[in-house]
Amino acid sequence: MEAFFVWFQWLYDETGVNLTYFYDSFDRGRMIGGFFTTIWLSVVCLFFSTIIGIVGAWLQGSRLVWTRRIVQGYIQFFRNTPPLVQMYFFFFALGNLLPRVKNEFGFMEPMLGNFTWAAISLSFFAGAFNVEIFRSGIEAVPESTREAAEALGYNRLQSYMYVVLPLAFRVCLPALNNNLVNLVKTTTLAYAIAVPELLYVSNQIWSDSVNVPEMMVTLLILYVALVGLLVWAMHRWERAIRVPGYGI
Amino acid sequence: MTATQAWTTDQPIVRIADVYKAFGAVDVLNGVSLNVMKGEVICIIGPSGSGKSTLLRCINALVPINKGSIQVEGQEVHDPKLDKLELRKKVGMVFQQYNLFPHKTAVQNVMMAPITVLKQDKTEVEARAYALLKKVRLEGKEHSYPGELSGGQQQRVAIARSLAMNPDVMLFDEVTAALDPETVKEVLVTIRELAEEGMTCLLVTHEMGFAREVADHMYFTDRGVIVEQGPPKEFFANPKDPRTQEFLGQIL
Ligand SMILES: Nc1ncnc2c1ncn2[C@@H]1O[C@H](COP(=O)(O)OP(=O)(O)O)[C@@H](O)[C@H]1O
Ligand SMILES: [Mg+2]
Repeated sequence: MEAFFVWFQWLYDETGVNLTYFYDSFDRGRMIGGFFTTIWLSVVCLFFSTIIGIVGAWLQGSRLVWTRRIVQGYIQFFRNTPPLVQMYFFFFALGNLLPRVKNEFGFMEPMLGNFTWAAISLSFFAGAFNVEIFRSGIEAVPESTREAAEALGYNRLQSYMYVVLPLAFRVCLPALNNNLVNLVKTTTLAYAIAVPELLYVSNQIWSDSVNVPEMMVTLLILYVALVGLLVWAMHRWERAIRVPGYGI
Repeated sequence: MTATQAWTTDQPIVRIADVYKAFGAVDVLNGVSLNVMKGEVICIIGPSGSGKSTLLRCINALVPINKGSIQVEGQEVHDPKLDKLELRKKVGMVFQQYNLFPHKTAVQNVMMAPITVLKQDKTEVEARAYALLKKVRLEGKEHSYPGELSGGQQQRVAIARSLAMNPDVMLFDEVTAALDPETVKEVLVTIRELAEEGMTCLLVTHEMGFAREVADHMYFTDRGVIVEQGPPKEFFANPKDPRTQEFLGQIL
């Protein structure tokens, strides 16, 4: 392993290609930390934005006109404003409204940290699209299928959970895929509020070592790999739930 | 009669009294009354659009009525305080388009409602589901998805799925209308067996030969009213109303 790291030092000395995160243990630590922060932020946002999509699509079918209006307002707000502005709004505007609390060292600090705010704002951002995506899937489920469930005694929630949603999922998976891929890429916005994810740590590294091209190429490769992994997993899932003789 | 009054088998199990139903400005049912006794099989025929499906859907409260009364086992169906689940346990319904859950296998389709809706024990439900599929002659097809079954097979799964709830009354809405002629028979055989076992059945059908055989009572509807009714022998031999005559003339 040591020889591997040393080789990159040699590469730098010989060619000027400066991949500090291989031979410099401090940069390596930052890079690994950034990588896992990005993954963790992505996973949290994928999870919560999907939940928001499922719950929002359910509420959109509500009989109460105000429930539907609120969901519609939420979607309009998050779809029609830039995600970076949303993140600033959450972090600076809402973050400052919350009380400050004492941390373990006795200093006062904001109740929610920047990672949490990034996760919240990105989940709501992607969630707004997910509501629409799930709704399109739900609309593809025939009314007669829902009626059959109703005739069997299912209440609205049971019919949604056991019949409508599983069928809607299959219809809207391709669109959901797209949105989740976008979400993973959009996690780089957390850079703006100093969440130490991949872009942020890369920026720190190139500020110290002036190796911008190397870090840029590194970033692109890492994102290709991350998104590729997500797409692969989603396609596997799509195949796993495919049903003979049904739709797509 | 109030909902709390106990129902006994000498009273109609389904009592429909002067029911009116309109969708917006379209009057669909214009004062329909009919009674079904326990164990009876009645067949409703009539031109398309005459409100047959709507009538059946009113009986299990899939659509609300505007006026009149529908009672199942003495329970007013359109009472706002009615427990819909109680009603739907009593009344099973089979549709023209089968409406199976396409993401579940045949046996899962049969098991789902008793488990999720009635919270019954899974192993017990499973045994019953296999028995029901056997009864509708679908042994060996338990693990096929609806998309892998023929129309007639899907329709029999739908019948088994409905029977799994142990209903007292079954509603069949043109259940053979979407089927190939060869598979119509297998579904009719299943329904006839049910009828012979004493299941109360309300059938909307265009299979006149079948209706003549299984029905205890025939009804002919047109434009939301019952135009003519009677025991099948008489009904088919000398229909009195010219509309019935014309309809039977066209279809037979
Ligand atoms: N949900 C609905 N909304 C509006 N109109 C409906 C609805 N269901 C049925 N109808 C109308 O009611 C009439 C009777 O329909 P239906 O009961 O299906 O007749 P049938 O089963 O005898 O062919 C038709 O004109 C149909 O268009
Ligand atoms: Mg009909």
